[in-house]
Amino acid sequence: MEGSRKGAVDMLAGADLSLGLPGGDGAKLDFVRTGCKRGFSATEVDLKLDLNAKESPSSVEKVKPADPARPPAKAQVVGWPPVRSYRKNVMAHNNKNSSDEDQAAEKGVASGAAAALSFVKVSMDGAPYLRKIDLKMYKTYKELSDALGKMFGSFTAGNYEAHQGMIDFMNENKLKGLLNSSDYVSTYEDKDGDWMLVGDVPWEMFIASCKRLRIMKGSEAIGLAPRAMEKCKGRG
Amino acid sequence: MSEEDGDHHSSEATSTNSLSGSHPPDQVLETVLESVLQFLTCRRDRNAASLVCRSWHRAEAFTRSELFIGNCYSVSPARAFARFSKVRSIYIKGRPRFADFNLMPHNWGAHFRPWVSAMARAYPWLEKVYLKRISLTNDDLALLADSFHQFKELELVFCEGFGTRGLSKVAYNCRQLRVLDLSDTEVTDDNVDWISCFPEDETCLESLVFDCMENDINFDALERLVARSPLLKKLRLNRYASMRQLYQLLLRAPQLTHLGTGSFGLIENVQNMDDNQECNYYSSAFAACTSLVCLSGFKDVMPVYLPSIHPVCANLTSLNFSYTNINPQQFRSVIVHCHKLQTLWILDSVCDEGLQAASETCKDLRELRVFPVDADEDIEGPVSEVGLQAISEGCRKLQSILYFCQRMTNEAVIAMSRNCPDLLVFRLCIMGRRQPDSVTGKPMDEGFGAIVKNCQKLTRLAVSGLLTDKAFWYIGQYGKLVRTLSVAFAGDSDMGLRYVLEGCPRLQKLEIRDSPFGDAALHAGAHRYYNMRFLWMSSCRVSRQGCEEIARSMPRLVVELVRYDGEEGSFMEGDSNSFTVLYLYRSLEPPRNDAPESVTIL
Repeated sequence: MEGSRKGAVDMLAGADLSLGLPGGDGAKLDFVRTGCKRGFSATEVDLKLDLNAKESPSSVEKVKPADPARPPAKAQVVGWPPVRSYRKNVMAHNNKNSSDEDQAAEKGVASGAAAALSFVKVSMDGAPYLRKIDLKMYKTYKELSDALGKMFGSFTAGNYEAHQGMIDFMNENKLKGLLNSSDYVSTYEDKDGDWMLVGDVPWEMFIASCKRLRIMKGSEAIGLAPRAMEKCKGRG
Repeated sequence: MSEEDGDHHSSEATSTNSLSGSHPPDQVLETVLESVLQFLTCRRDRNAASLVCRSWHRAEAFTRSELFIGNCYSVSPARAFARFSKVRSIYIKGRPRFADFNLMPHNWGAHFRPWVSAMARAYPWLEKVYLKRISLTNDDLALLADSFHQFKELELVFCEGFGTRGLSKVAYNCRQLRVLDLSDTEVTDDNVDWISCFPEDETCLESLVFDCMENDINFDALERLVARSPLLKKLRLNRYASMRQLYQLLLRAPQLTHLGTGSFGLIENVQNMDDNQECNYYSSAFAACTSLVCLSGFKDVMPVYLPSIHPVCANLTSLNFSYTNINPQQFRSVIVHCHKLQTLWILDSVCDEGLQAASETCKDLRELRVFPVDADEDIEGPVSEVGLQAISEGCRKLQSILYFCQRMTNEAVIAMSRNCPDLLVFRLCIMGRRQPDSVTGKPMDEGFGAIVKNCQKLTRLAVSGLLTDKAFWYIGQYGKLVRTLSVAFAGDSDMGLRYVLEGCPRLQKLEIRDSPFGDAALHAGAHRYYNMRFLWMSSCRVSRQGCEEIARSMPRLVVELVRYDGEEGSFMEGDSNSFTVLYLYRSLEPPRNDAPESVTIL
């Protein structure tokens, strides 16, 4: 499930569920379909359960809000709000690519103008297009890793689970494991023009010196590791 | 609409001929009439003219070149084409609008086949076809391409059922094609390079729109096509066009007036420039397009590139950012240049702040649409009554608004009704169902009441939020010019619907969902249904019996009951008498025979 479905997932995590699927006994759940004809990221089925109300067999949703100013969470119905599925699909696809930039913006980055100045280009071997990201929007390598995973996830041939481990450069052991495999490895070009492995230096030092990011195939990154080690020793 | 006129007149003509020689007076009159009537373009005027008398009816039918079919099932092709013999353009509308929101099965109907087959025989000189919410196949397009040798314009809006193979036939065979516009239309990928199928010599293309297509195209072929289309004014690319490709096309076609930029965010893996250099690079191409007035696309925008459109902003009359998830600051940096803007479509990501910025600059704004990034009900929304109020104060010439929001107040809506009296279209979608005024907690009756009362030219209204029958009383009382009304989760009782059916004489299209209106209200409107295009009621309180009674008492009305729960291929629970949608419409024909299983026609 993509980032835009976070709300539903959070609710599910906290609820005590026995799912009564359509046609089964018990409660009938109302589903929201966002029209899968275009083959976008998986069928978007959003379960929002109103655990207090008794569901009736009809699809008409009945709600009696106790406090008119704040209605409780409702089970979703078909076709509401009236946004066409093409539009919903495009937005879901865009959210996959750019939600991180927006979330970071909401965290209080001063202004668009300031943010634009620190963009670095990110390319991935084999992907036809590159992206630009603002390193100042992330606070840790993990956040960066997640963001890159979302941006380039669609370009990897593997399945979704594989992509989670794709850009995991936190752990040196894992790095070596990655280097030995055909997985992808993140590298960056620093101020000196050298290509280094991402994750070697403290985050602040990284964003100060990173000029460009490149996600390359693990097999090609083998030669980098020794140089990275040397540089680190040099910095003490 | 009697078909017997023709025979009667010819016998009259013969008898007069034998008396007075070669120019009988009523034939002269008819010839003069035809020469005059051919200048009449508005179809309502033409309809009125055709009712004057038989000879006017005949002359009008003979001179009508644009045929508009508002509901493809209200009349058969045979009947329509028998009356109008000289048609050059045809507009056909199919599915009702609420079908867009997954409330009807995909195979419900509205097929192009019977129309195109009949047209192929009746109008070999046909030049233009415009279809909205129609299903058409590759074979239909092939037939079209083969049958009409002077074919010039094809526009498909909200259509589906065909693929790139059908497009390639049109591109290849229609040598005089000027317009090929696909808007919000699904096109399947048949693995055919349709762009390469256009003829190799100079084309007459003026408009090529395919921004909704979800498949890649042969860019080199497109570039060559644009290069040999000197008359091209409108070009809307799809999401797969990169920045570099867009740049190259702009260099080839600086004469464009309408441009769809595709994603405006895909960058090839080769650039060596920094951000400023890149923006300057692209903006030089935009600066050369001095005729550009309409910009759209930006479907996966890289906000850093937005400054490159600044050179054209001052000339823009239309800007579509409705797929463009940008923040208020990014939006402001663009909108401050757009003084001439008349049409603006945006996402609510620009927030009330962005709307404020638009209201300060776009003093000529006529149409505004604000779409939601998140079409969910229970979230904090970025736009509210504050944005609406700001727009109403800054954009006094506003004629049309569609506004999605999570919170709204009567005060803001009333303010808009006073500040923008020229409103023709007011569509407010408060996304939380039955949500009251977010400040006072009261129903939204007064707000919508003020709209119908103060905006006296209003023809289209969509309501939402918590509404009692009072709101409908206002609409019936004041909404005398309203033609289209959309209602969802509103009203208390049958009286609500009765007020509208009894009070709005111009009502043509009424679409209602999930509202407590039942058989009594349905019957109260019987006197209206022959004068309306359709009535849609889904998940309301009408019963099968009530619908059967209407169907019995009104033979020229087609009453369809649809059982559909939003899931394709599933059968609804409940007895076979239950249904979700009542869709009724007037028709000159017996009920259609192409309906799927989920549809029962009474």
